[in-house]
Amino acid sequence: MEEAQGVKPKKKAFCSICNQRKPALKRPKTLDQICRECFYAVFEDEIHRVIVDNQLFKPGERVAIGASGGKDSTVLAYVLSELNRRHNYGLDLFLLSVDEGITGYRDDSLETVKRNEIQYGLPLKVVSYKDLYGWTMDEIVKLIGLKNNCTFCGVFRRQALDRGAALLKVDKLATGHNADDIAETVLLNILRGDIARLSRCTSITTGEDGPIPRCKPFKYTYEKEIVMYAYFKRLDYFSTECIYSPNAYRGFAREFIKDLERMRPRAILDIIRSGENFRISTSTKMPEQGTCERCGYISSQKWCKACVLLEGLNRGLPKLGINRSRGLNSDHTKDVKRSNGTKNIESKQCGTLDF
Amino acid sequence: MQLTLEFGGGLELLCDSVKIHNVTVDTQDGEDTLSMKDLLGWVRTNLIKERPEMFMKGETVRPGVLVLVNDCDWELSGQLDTTLEEKDVVVFISTLHGG
Repeated sequence: MEEAQGVKPKKKAFCSICNQRKPALKRPKTLDQICRECFYAVFEDEIHRVIVDNQLFKPGERVAIGASGGKDSTVLAYVLSELNRRHNYGLDLFLLSVDEGITGYRDDSLETVKRNEIQYGLPLKVVSYKDLYGWTMDEIVKLIGLKNNCTFCGVFRRQALDRGAALLKVDKLATGHNADDIAETVLLNILRGDIARLSRCTSITTGEDGPIPRCKPFKYTYEKEIVMYAYFKRLDYFSTECIYSPNAYRGFAREFIKDLERMRPRAILDIIRSGENFRISTSTKMPEQGTCERCGYISSQKWCKACVLLEGLNRGLPKLGINRSRGLNSDHTKDVKRSNGTKNIESKQCGTLDF
Repeated sequence: MQLTLEFGGGLELLCDSVKIHNVTVDTQDGEDTLSMKDLLGWVRTNLIKERPEMFMKGETVRPGVLVLVNDCDWELSGQLDTTLEEKDVVVFISTLHGG
C-alpha cells in the first residue's frame, strides 16, 4: 500500500533471476520479483539448504511429518518427499495425524490428509484422543465448556504426536511451523515473560533429550510463499479455523506481525534472529526433567500434565491442573520455577502453532 | 465488466462458502477499466456476507490476505492501483488459517 503511493509502480518486465519469464510474485524475503519456475526452484532449494546446513536428518532415518491437512503440513509433505527423492536423503517418510474428535473440523481435515496419503504415496497413521485418552474434544468441551479447552487439546496433542511417532517407530518428527509462526511465538513468549520457552522456541530441532526429536524445516520460510506455492502447485489443503478456538491473544500477535510484514517484510526474519540471540541469565533455574510415575512420559513433576488433566476429567473435576495459573503464584523472581517444567501448559495456547 | 473472483484459504466462508464467483461489475462513467480499489469496495458490498473485518482492514485487504490478478501477485502490479480489464481473474487467499 505504501509503495503504491508516490511513484507509480510499474510492472517489471522480466524475472530478476532468469531474466526471461514474466514475474509472478514478489518475494517477501528479498523483494525480488520472480517467475513461477524460479520461485519453485529457490523455494525448494532454500529448504534443502536449511535441512543440510542444520543436519536435520540422517540417511536411513524414519521421519514422521505432523500432518493436519492444513497448508503448512501439506506443503511440507509435498516438498519433503520431493527433496528426499531429488537429493537422495534416504529417508522413510510417514504422515502422522492426530484426531482430536472435533466434528465438523478434524473429520473434514483428516479427509484431506487421507487424500495426501494417496497423492504423495506416504503411509498415514492417525492417532485419536478417544483411543489414547478415552475422551474426544467434543466430549471434553461438553463437560468443561469453551474455557481452557485449548489447554486440554494442546497437552493431549503434544503427547499424542509422541505416541504416534513411537508407534511408527520413527526417529524424528518434522512439523510445518513457518517463519511467521516462529516470529509470533517469540513475541508471545516475550509478552508472557516465559523465559524457558523464549530460550528454545527458535531452535530448529527440539527435544533431542526426549523420546522423539522434532524439527522445523520451514523455520525460515515465509507463510506467504508457502501459500503461493500451494496455490501455484494446486496442492490440496484444508483451511478452516478450529470451531473451539477463540484464541484472541495469539490472534492479536498474529495481526501485529502481519502489519509489520506489510511495512517491512524482513521484520519476520529479524524477530527470529533476535529470538536466536537472546541469552538467558545463568542464574535462571531450569527445570529438571524426569518421567511421569503414571504413564512414563517425560515430566518435571510427579505426574505429567496429560495425566493430571485426565484424572480431573475422569473424576469429574475438570479444573484439576488448570487453575494453578502463573499469575496466582506470588513468586515472581524466577520464572522457570513457576512453570511446569518443559511442558508449562498454562502459557501454551491453541492456535496456528498447533496442528 | 465481467470478472472471475475466487476466494480461498477460508475466505470463501465469508461469502456463502462459494469459492468462485462470476460477476459483472459496473464501471464508472462508461469507462472500460476498473481499479482494484473499486473492486474491493464492490466485493465488500456485494459478496461478503459476514465478518467483513476478516477480509478488509481500512481501504485495502487485511494483512495476511494474498491477492493475485491473472495469477500474478498484486504487489507486482501496484496493489490498489492495479487496473482490471474485461475477463480478468482475481484470486483472494487468506493465509491466516491453521497449518
